[in-house]
Amino acid sequence: MREMKSIFKASNVVKLVFIVLTYLLVQFLINIGIITDYYQTTLATICINIILAVSLNLVTGFTGQFSLGHAGFMAIGAYACAIITLKNPTYAGFIQGVAAGAILSAIVGVAVGLPTLRLRGDYLAIATLGMAEIIRIIFTNLKITNGAAGLQGIPRFINWTWLFVFTAATLIIISNFIKSSHGRACIAIREDEIAAEAMGINTTKYKVAAFVIGAFFAGVAGALYASYFYFLKPNIFNFAKSVDILVIVVLGGMGSLTGSVLGAAILALISTFLQRFSEVRMIIYSLILIIIMLFRPQGIMGSRELSLSLFKRAASKIEPKVGKERS
Amino acid sequence: MEQFLQQVINGISLGSIYALVALGYTMVYGIINLINFAHCDIYMIGAYVGYYCMTFLGLGVFASLVISMAACVVIGVAIEKIAYKPLRNSPRITVLITAIGVSLFLEYVTMFFMKANVRSYPPLTGILAENINLGSIFISMKQILIVVITIVLVVLLQIIVRHTKLGKAMRAVSLDKDAAELMGINVNNTISFTFALGSALAGAAGVLVGIYYNSINPLMGVIPGLKAFVAAVFGGIGLIPGAFIGGYFIGAVEVFVAGYGNSMYRDAVVFAILIVILIVKPAGLLGKNTREKV
Amino acid sequence: MKKFLSITLCALLAVSLLVGCGQNANQPEQGNTATESDEIKIGVNYELSGEVATYGQSSVDGIELAIKQVNEAGGVNGKKIKLVKYDNKSEPSEATSIATKLITQDKVVAVLGPATSGSFKATIPVAMSNKVPVASGSATADDVTVDASGVKEFAFRICFNDSYQGTAMATYAKTKFNATKAALISDSSSDYAKGLAENFIKTFEGDGGTIVAHESYVSGDTDFNAIITNIKSKQFDVLFVPGYYNEAGLIIKQVRDQGINVPVLGADGFDSPVLLELAGAKALNDVYFSNHYSSLDQDPLVQEFIEDFKAEYNREPDAFNALGYDLANFVVDGIKRTADLTSENLQKSLASTTDFKGVTGSFSIDENNNPVKAIVVVGLKDGQQHSSEKVSN
Repeated sequence: MREMKSIFKASNVVKLVFIVLTYLLVQFLINIGIITDYYQTTLATICINIILAVSLNLVTGFTGQFSLGHAGFMAIGAYACAIITLKNPTYAGFIQGVAAGAILSAIVGVAVGLPTLRLRGDYLAIATLGMAEIIRIIFTNLKITNGAAGLQGIPRFINWTWLFVFTAATLIIISNFIKSSHGRACIAIREDEIAAEAMGINTTKYKVAAFVIGAFFAGVAGALYASYFYFLKPNIFNFAKSVDILVIVVLGGMGSLTGSVLGAAILALISTFLQRFSEVRMIIYSLILIIIMLFRPQGIMGSRELSLSLFKRAASKIEPKVGKERS
Repeated sequence: MEQFLQQVINGISLGSIYALVALGYTMVYGIINLINFAHCDIYMIGAYVGYYCMTFLGLGVFASLVISMAACVVIGVAIEKIAYKPLRNSPRITVLITAIGVSLFLEYVTMFFMKANVRSYPPLTGILAENINLGSIFISMKQILIVVITIVLVVLLQIIVRHTKLGKAMRAVSLDKDAAELMGINVNNTISFTFALGSALAGAAGVLVGIYYNSINPLMGVIPGLKAFVAAVFGGIGLIPGAFIGGYFIGAVEVFVAGYGNSMYRDAVVFAILIVILIVKPAGLLGKNTREKV
Repeated sequence: MKKFLSITLCALLAVSLLVGCGQNANQPEQGNTATESDEIKIGVNYELSGEVATYGQSSVDGIELAIKQVNEAGGVNGKKIKLVKYDNKSEPSEATSIATKLITQDKVVAVLGPATSGSFKATIPVAMSNKVPVASGSATADDVTVDASGVKEFAFRICFNDSYQGTAMATYAKTKFNATKAALISDSSSDYAKGLAENFIKTFEGDGGTIVAHESYVSGDTDFNAIITNIKSKQFDVLFVPGYYNEAGLIIKQVRDQGINVPVLGADGFDSPVLLELAGAKALNDVYFSNHYSSLDQDPLVQEFIEDFKAEYNREPDAFNALGYDLANFVVDGIKRTADLTSENLQKSLASTTDFKGVTGSFSIDENNNPVKAIVVVGLKDGQQHSSEKVSN
């Protein structure tokens, strides 16, 4: 990808420092025992959800193509990685698994995207929903996936370091894509497809491109999921999972990558916090969802990104710690 | 041949349920372009109200049906007023997420009060418990009851939509909300009325499912809801006859794939047909393809 | 771009800080010790919402009844048992997360649940690395406690595994009904039913029988008329329905409605009053299923449990209730026999359980952490338990 080059520009060195600092800080907290095993599991869920949400945001939030089938791509990545690491339980096997999962998922993305992306709005949503259900049913009936019972004992190769690397890489690549001329084309399609076409943008090409990149990273997220949580079964990737991802995107703000990051974190925290309420957990969760949507229909960030100026404006409300970090 | 006829009968009974639920989806979509995910849970609540009426109040089938429809009307309209109306001018996807929230809320509130386990309707007595044998073909009275009630309700619905003032208002609002408002139609009331009609049908479907399969649970609406929505899209979303035909079509496909193919791929075939239809004729079987204007 | 990324990372950082706060900094040592307090904490990690909430909730009802009785009787060695209960939403990843939470944060001595094999398997690696026993009352898949890599010392279960029951029912069909042809309608969405079906077929065909039809459904289905119409045209002596009561009840009803009158066989998933409600008394004739116990059993332990359960919840207990009840008592029994209560010592006590008297039968734990139990085949007549015979493989 051409956009990848921009990672090595001088201005990005500063970012690299931040990435390393963030990583080191969390690693430090893990080492001294402030972030325990349990919170690491939550952290893993957050990272995987960030990758899923950011990749769906590219399709739905930035390109305006309403997809309800993200769990299907996640399933492909997860199963590919699980099957390969079960056969070859080494780091090399794991890397192959992630790569195979992501590429396979992208290929299915092309196959599904080419015919269905001609559809608009809700029709596309239904078609992608159908596609994800078909993928799930196929996995339920295949021998190699061990059907409905699922795969167990998948070796865990990833830890916080891997998750962090993958999450950061996904964010960088997708944000670079969006800032590139290709990304601008996608946003133009979201704003007005006909006008974009009139401006000479090959709308099909960009829609499929966004869709395939989205599928690719959903595959990565699935692979990470498989490697972190030991166990897979097709029902994990049902319609509810696609909806969960969509909820993160909408809650964070359509067309806002930082929004997706915040959304993933907030929802994971809410969900973790509610575990202790056992039977009433889902009631509270649904109420929170409804109330947030009623009072903040554009999501937390709208289509804006968290940026310095935004921080300056709201500086008084922000913890000094966060303020210091960004300088 | 006998097996084929038996499968046709199975398909018609199943299709009736899908048709009733699909009608609610299609009407709501037609009027406010919302995939009302909570609709399948109204169907579930209808089943529970019917269960309550028959088990604890000892009411008959028809009384339970009417009470259940009434209860669903109240719930449907309340949901519209509380959760959807404030979002009328928000992005559609926001309303969709709200609908998902409402759906989860209804499911888990019911689960909290009724527990997750399956409940069963009391056995029917008298003529409704009979089976009719035609050679080796079995038709239960329940199947006949379901089909008859479905057809009666759909005819009633058509009369309301075609020949009453409110029905005319519904059609006007679904065609052009702003123009309808200019013509003096109370758009809010019309939308509420649409929700009321759809919810009543879902409530009826819930009771009929309870009677037919005798098994209800708080998550019973999820899968049939998805399929009923597929039925609505298949027939042409927003079109009442489309939902009706779509419901029976999906019922028949399911039964025949299960009966003659592999029952495990039943749902996959339904979705595959849906995708093909969407690609070939996105507006659905009865829908008119509209060209988008600049 | 730069701003954006740095802010993103700040957000990540802030989040990880948030996640980390409110935490005491002691590094979890291997294994959990019962603290000096007068409580013993046991974790409860069950499906209280989501697709299999019905199994999870039923199990928890049994567990809570058992613990209530233990505490009313004065607790264990003067200490009360405290249940720490969380909902895993029927999701394996959530089950992993909750097992981690119970073991590393709440410092429980043992974790009960989840109810289904898949979610239970997802918690075993956590149990193994922290050396805290986990026990399930209903994870029946063959490879739960032992697989190619060896025995998972910290995972226990108290139910039959699938091959045991599947084989027993195939033999029963042969000996009792002289069956040579069988049809199956099996739940392909649960590993429980899949395991039963596989082993039934293996044994039945191994004894010279033929399977004339094998249809599948997924849990939550309610319409089986199409597949029943399909198998009706075939000739068979018995119909085997591996699956749970929710669907089995409907299948039996629809099978009988369509005029198929051969014996229907099933496994312990049939054991619930719901089966009768769903199928109706008229359809429940000539139905036989393997089970841990029969309510005809005059053992006072069984009768007492049935009465206590009715008094507490105002309904008849089902298999999940009974297994949950036994599971809790099994772990309490282990705790009683552990002098110095740490989770590692508790594991040793549980593994050495012999002749534990539960309502689902007496059992000992074998070298693979599975129970050795007798199997009972219960026959139904007009919906009531009519006959019961002990069978062995």
